[in-house]
Amino acid sequence: MLLITCPWCGPRDEAEYHYGGQAHVPYPERPADLDDEQWAAYVFYRDNPKGPFAERWTHSTGCRRWFNVLRDTVSYEVLASYRLDAPRPELPQAGGNR
Amino acid sequence: MTAQPLPEHPDFLWRNPEPRSSYDVVIVGAGGHGLATAYYLARNHGITNIAVLEKGWLAGGNMARNTTIIRSNYLWDESAAIYEHALKLWEGLPAELDYDFLFSQRGVLNLAHTLQDVREGVRRVGANRLNGVDAQWLAPDEVAEVCPILNVSPRTRYPVLGATFQPRAGIAKHDHVAWALARRADAMGVDLIQGCEVTGFLKDGDRVVGVETSRGRIRAGRVGLAAAGHSSVLAELAGFRLPVQSHPLQALVSELHEPVHPTVVMSNHVHVYVSQAHKGELVLGAGVDSYNGYGQRGSFHVIEQQMAAAVELFPVFARAHVLRTWGGIVDVTPDASPIVGTSPVENLYVNCGWGTGGFKATPAAGWTFAHTIATGEPHPLNAPFALERFATGALIDEHGAAAVAH
Repeated sequence: MLLITCPWCGPRDEAEYHYGGQAHVPYPERPADLDDEQWAAYVFYRDNPKGPFAERWTHSTGCRRWFNVLRDTVSYEVLASYRLDAPRPELPQAGGNR
Repeated sequence: MTAQPLPEHPDFLWRNPEPRSSYDVVIVGAGGHGLATAYYLARNHGITNIAVLEKGWLAGGNMARNTTIIRSNYLWDESAAIYEHALKLWEGLPAELDYDFLFSQRGVLNLAHTLQDVREGVRRVGANRLNGVDAQWLAPDEVAEVCPILNVSPRTRYPVLGATFQPRAGIAKHDHVAWALARRADAMGVDLIQGCEVTGFLKDGDRVVGVETSRGRIRAGRVGLAAAGHSSVLAELAGFRLPVQSHPLQALVSELHEPVHPTVVMSNHVHVYVSQAHKGELVLGAGVDSYNGYGQRGSFHVIEQQMAAAVELFPVFARAHVLRTWGGIVDVTPDASPIVGTSPVENLYVNCGWGTGGFKATPAAGWTFAHTIATGEPHPLNAPFALERFATGALIDEHGAAAVAH
């Protein structure tokens, strides 16, 4: 089970959260200009990396707020968690549940 | 019902050749789908100058990590057609491959625990029958006749209100399926190459002309990807994206028991599925872990929930011990249906996105993918499963009938 740090509530078991997929996927700036291929890319295509991945989680049985997590998809190590208005953190060193 | 002896452990079933410098077709992934594709390329299309490349060992990925359930009771016409084609092939494969891999048509029950489950189940039985798939709706007392150890008391937290039943569904001995296909493909001249990881693609403009591997460069007329959880990693190397997300999917087995469980039981609502392997283990599965992952293990709370559900449905399991748990990596698409067909790269073909349904589809995936690779065009059965559907909107939304939470 993952130990995930909610930016507001602190570290909690994975079971308190729900997963929201890839983070930092902006809504199209000019949606009316998109063709079908571009809409498909926005709606259905997400990154699926082996290694660090920025993803969204919601603390559904706690404060119910959304936030972002950097997590390694191979080791499942939670590398960082941060608020939605914060940029994706650089990772000067791997490890730690910060 | 009596325990069946296992087939004799095979001696050497295939050669271990050095990779040659070029092939007509290179298949990436020597799991069930890659092996079946090579087999049907040889059998149906006469193409035998084939290499199947495997980064690990043959059938050591999801083929070794699934719950071996075979059924075709899917809702939509496109899914029923391809999974029923698979089931019909399964019914002939042991004789065709001359290998008893213990395909056992013991039936599958998909339980209903809510009024909405009942309505969905009755609807699916109707849809299945219209598609020539054997299906029945059973009331709780009839469910208990099929599976006497199942608790159909109305006093459980989520009572069994009925079930769909597909009598022709069943299980097979997964490792032996792979070995049976590998032996026949090898005998027809296919090179099965283990310990050979694809690290890049050779391209001439928009056309693939070979692969870079951990064992050198291999040129290929055509390349087929059958790499399940790693399909998007390979696609990225080849220069295009796939709408798949890789998730851990766990399963577990108990210690060995006398034969007590005569069929396969699945429940979407309380989320567990159980059968009993020929040797005697209870084989239990659950849904995927919600997060993306490649680690071939999942979260403990998923196991906890599936076992709680299993013990409520099967009180007789309460004192069974877990022997081992494991995880596979499934490639999940937005509509829970596979992608089988052409790719944006010429002569490069994809078979992926089977999510939790790959094992049961093995022969049909191989049959249709072989057709697509041999002719450059989709087979009528896999044409609806093209990558283009995510742009056209012609999705085949099987989240319900997949019977595993995605």
